[in-house]
Amino acid sequence: MRDFIIPSDDRDMGTPAKQGAPVTLSIDGIDVTVPEGTSVMRAAAEAGVQVPKLCATDSVEAFGSCRLCVVEIEGRRGTPASCTTPVADGMVVRTQSDKVRKIRKGVMELYISDHPLDCLTCGANGDCELQDMAGAVGLRDVRYEAPENGGLANHFTARDTSGEANPQWLPKDDSNPYFSYDPSKCIVCSRCVRACEEVQGTFALTIEGRGFGSRVSPGAAGDDFLSSDCVSCGACVQACPTATLQEKSVIEMGTPQRSVVTTCAYCGVGCSFKAELNGDQLVRMVPYKHGKANRGHSCVKGRFAYGYANHKDRILNPMIRDSIEDPWREVSWDEALSFAATRMRGLQEKYGRRSIGVITSSRCTNEETFLVQKLARAVFHNNNTDTCARVCHSPTGYGLGQTFGTSAGTQDFDSVEKTDVVIVIGANPTDAHPVFGSRLKKRLRQGAKLIVIDPRRTDLVKSAHIAASHHLALRPGTNVAVVTALAHVIVTEGLMDEAYIRERCDWDEFQQYAEFVSDPRHSPEAVEMLTGVPSDDLREAARLFATGGNGAIYYGLGVTEHSQGSTTVMGIANLAMLTGNVGREGVGVNPLRGQNNVQGSCDMGSFPHELPGYRHVKLPEVRAIFESAWGVEIDPEPGLRIPNMLDAAVDGSFKGLYCQGEDILQSDPDTKHVAAGLAAMECVIVHDLFLNETANYAHVFLPGSTFLEKDGTFTNAERRINRVRRVMAPLNGYADWEVTQMLANAMGAGWHYTHPSQVMDEIAATTPSFAGVDYALLEEKGSVQWPCNDAHPDGTPLMHVDGFVRGKGRFMITEYVATDEKTGPRFPLLLTTGRILSQYNVGAQTRRTENTVWHDQDLLEIHPHDAETRGVNDGDWIRLASRSGETTLRAKITDRVSPGVVYTTFHHPDTQANVVTTDYSDWATNCPEYKVTAVQISLSNGPTEWQEDYAAQSTRARRILPAAE
Amino acid sequence: MQTAQSGPEEDAIRAIIQEHIHLEGPLLPILHGLQKAYGVVPQAAVPLIADALNITKAELHGVMSFYHDFREVPAGRHVVKICRAEACQAVGGKALAEATLAKLGLEWHGTTANGAVTVEPVYCLGLCACGPAAMVDDKVVGRVDEARMAELLQEAGA
Repeated sequence: MRDFIIPSDDRDMGTPAKQGAPVTLSIDGIDVTVPEGTSVMRAAAEAGVQVPKLCATDSVEAFGSCRLCVVEIEGRRGTPASCTTPVADGMVVRTQSDKVRKIRKGVMELYISDHPLDCLTCGANGDCELQDMAGAVGLRDVRYEAPENGGLANHFTARDTSGEANPQWLPKDDSNPYFSYDPSKCIVCSRCVRACEEVQGTFALTIEGRGFGSRVSPGAAGDDFLSSDCVSCGACVQACPTATLQEKSVIEMGTPQRSVVTTCAYCGVGCSFKAELNGDQLVRMVPYKHGKANRGHSCVKGRFAYGYANHKDRILNPMIRDSIEDPWREVSWDEALSFAATRMRGLQEKYGRRSIGVITSSRCTNEETFLVQKLARAVFHNNNTDTCARVCHSPTGYGLGQTFGTSAGTQDFDSVEKTDVVIVIGANPTDAHPVFGSRLKKRLRQGAKLIVIDPRRTDLVKSAHIAASHHLALRPGTNVAVVTALAHVIVTEGLMDEAYIRERCDWDEFQQYAEFVSDPRHSPEAVEMLTGVPSDDLREAARLFATGGNGAIYYGLGVTEHSQGSTTVMGIANLAMLTGNVGREGVGVNPLRGQNNVQGSCDMGSFPHELPGYRHVKLPEVRAIFESAWGVEIDPEPGLRIPNMLDAAVDGSFKGLYCQGEDILQSDPDTKHVAAGLAAMECVIVHDLFLNETANYAHVFLPGSTFLEKDGTFTNAERRINRVRRVMAPLNGYADWEVTQMLANAMGAGWHYTHPSQVMDEIAATTPSFAGVDYALLEEKGSVQWPCNDAHPDGTPLMHVDGFVRGKGRFMITEYVATDEKTGPRFPLLLTTGRILSQYNVGAQTRRTENTVWHDQDLLEIHPHDAETRGVNDGDWIRLASRSGETTLRAKITDRVSPGVVYTTFHHPDTQANVVTTDYSDWATNCPEYKVTAVQISLSNGPTEWQEDYAAQSTRARRILPAAE
Repeated sequence: MQTAQSGPEEDAIRAIIQEHIHLEGPLLPILHGLQKAYGVVPQAAVPLIADALNITKAELHGVMSFYHDFREVPAGRHVVKICRAEACQAVGGKALAEATLAKLGLEWHGTTANGAVTVEPVYCLGLCACGPAAMVDDKVVGRVDEARMAELLQEAGA
């Protein structure tokens, strides 16, 4: 339907948009044309006529229970509900007549007879549809009263006048930290139940009982919201027309008076939100209906977990210290910046131009990232820039670049609505990309088939109303063998799309590839012992994918974070080409990016060998563009990657680092090595919201700003450039781009940006795939997917539509090479790592919100067999040891993991799962092998020596001297 | 999750679920099957049904709480239902109900101390022409007055 621009029309259209042939009808004398299948209610809304309603909202299908939306239709009997009546050509509808007015008033009177009349002190006052509708139908009187001596016939009075308890009254449920459920205000419209089912797909709510006893119930009898299956996505709160499900922040702070549309700063889905405020106080975050990534949905993190922005741990003043043994000293911005600039310049003089570098952040905006890499290239005069994408999706860049010619994911998220068979490999979208997870589950409930390739039984494998057709529970580290075996089945059984391959791919290369995969050593039977995947299951899965219609592959860090990460990415691209599944809706290769701006930080030239737009720094014509734009000479030699920086630091040749918005000590593998590298540097500048773990080794701390405090853009996993808008002034005084600019200027750069839009203009002027992007376009369109230039002025939702970017798609040989990290008698188990819904990455933000009620510590998942042979019970303290190090945490016994495999999350610094992970990495890109570590576990009495030393060191390193009087 | 030891009851419940799972809309037949076998839908059956049908405990609760006949605690050996709908009320159904409850000293849905009889309201048994109507277990009875009710209760052992 209409795609509104900002500021948009945010009206509730009553029922969801439909697609179909145009149908014209007349509503209150206004002619309107809508797609076939549209409800009369929605058609009326399109015509600008609001039909009163309570149980309908446009996020869920019509239900027809409240009977408030009745209308008269010429030639039809009675008064049909406009929400459930589809339009027909030539229909003549009257939404107002004496008859329907009388019915509506009567309905409303009944509703209000069982609703408290405390509107003035109600949390939803001014934002209540029941209130609005009572006004709209002109309700002036409620005649119904409880009969004398008949008891209280209502749900909202706790006790009658004689003090007798009302059995129908239920107390408020405050168990969820972010919203409350007040049954006394419920009108049982089922909108919350339907939102939980249709939008979120969790099915945590139901209506219990019947008739007058019908109540919304989370979970089963005796459950409250917290103990139910509720994932706190907020869809029910969004759908509730009254104060029954209400954000606690609104109850506390009042109804918000203004709103700003911005983009969530958590995962790579990049949901659009309306930040709703009173003055500069954020009251709530509401998913934005016209956000093209989320289409009005949200998860617990984006919707509720923004409390970190005002957390007491946030550092608001710059700090410096001579040595990391000293306590921090709060100083002025000038002093901190000149201290940092002098030190960095001094290091370059003493140890050479290439002795310092930067790490850009996937959490910051495109504009900020661009400036940080520009700082390295134009001010430091070297290419020592890298980003956290190194440790997540660098193999995607390499693998897709080799096969398709660009690292970009091929689809938009809407594409999932057209897919028929989905392979999810090494990704757990319901936890890590929840809004996409919900969209995928919706498609699965409509009948699409699912193949999950994951060592762990994720929620997608089986949860309410969805189940994977095949779960290939492979041993960690054998992705390549499984993917190649899938290709083996497709090729040897002749299931490939030959016409597609002949037309779009290099036929000679395909033939070599076909010969390679047809080798019997790649057959499912041959690799079964290695991968642990039953060969029959694998064959069936391959046949399903090749023949099931539109096939889409979604993958995450379970693919990339391996010693053969790049090879698996190429194997995935091979599978997509083999089956003809690239270049249209419903198909494609879709990397699920971990962080909000991983895509953008890669696009912006954060890598040491690539200038913005993925162009190699060796190419003189590319350097020339930036040399003339920036007026400096650019180093033609690629710089250091993060692991190389740390190695060089330990060797003594790398001395200074500016690290923006990333906590490499906690997030990068082999913590001890990272710590040693950082400790060997002479100037570490940490630019962050909090004294993170890396800051324990820093000499300068520059306070950062949150996404609520700055303008800019994030680019999500579908290459969508979304605006981030400043909602409030930075608490620390400056947005991050200003801080980087001040540091650059302290080193003599002479930059004078006054708004991030100027940085975007510079990006557009130097980078062809962004050539058409500017803030005016983003205001107009809401968002745009790159490439956006003269050839694609409106951006590019789908890649490779008329052929691959590189010309002919290239099949790559994917030989399985086992990782060097092997199990043995001392370390017989394989550890793999992942995320959980309520926490995010290293937890710096989510640990500082009430999300900790769902996950207050990292747990080690272990199969009952492995636990039993080691005498481990659920909840025991256990020691987790690898060849790199050891840590302790509590055990959770579950058959989600296979025997021989253990799993944990890395959200809490006191656990430090990365003390255990090794420094093995991807052969092509150095992406660390987080997902495979040989470990042993044993019972333990408490924290390891490392954990105790670390805790002591970090307390010492975090001392702050009181500011000088 | 500890792998639960499969007791005999769990296996029996699984067998009942399996008996009906091939049907279209198998949930109600399964609940009926369990209700028939145990007089209740046992608590132990809840996770098993949810798992077998791939539904949530909330959905199951929604269905079970809608139908009065799916019980969480067992009823008495006999269930006496007294019609409370308009036609029966008009010919003395209300008085009959009140008298019966008073005689047995019960509230609606209550069970006599000896476990013999549970009294429940029902809304229309389709016997409007010969009200007041009642139902004892599976048998409907028309034109029930207090004397007839006393007989029925005596037969039932109340």
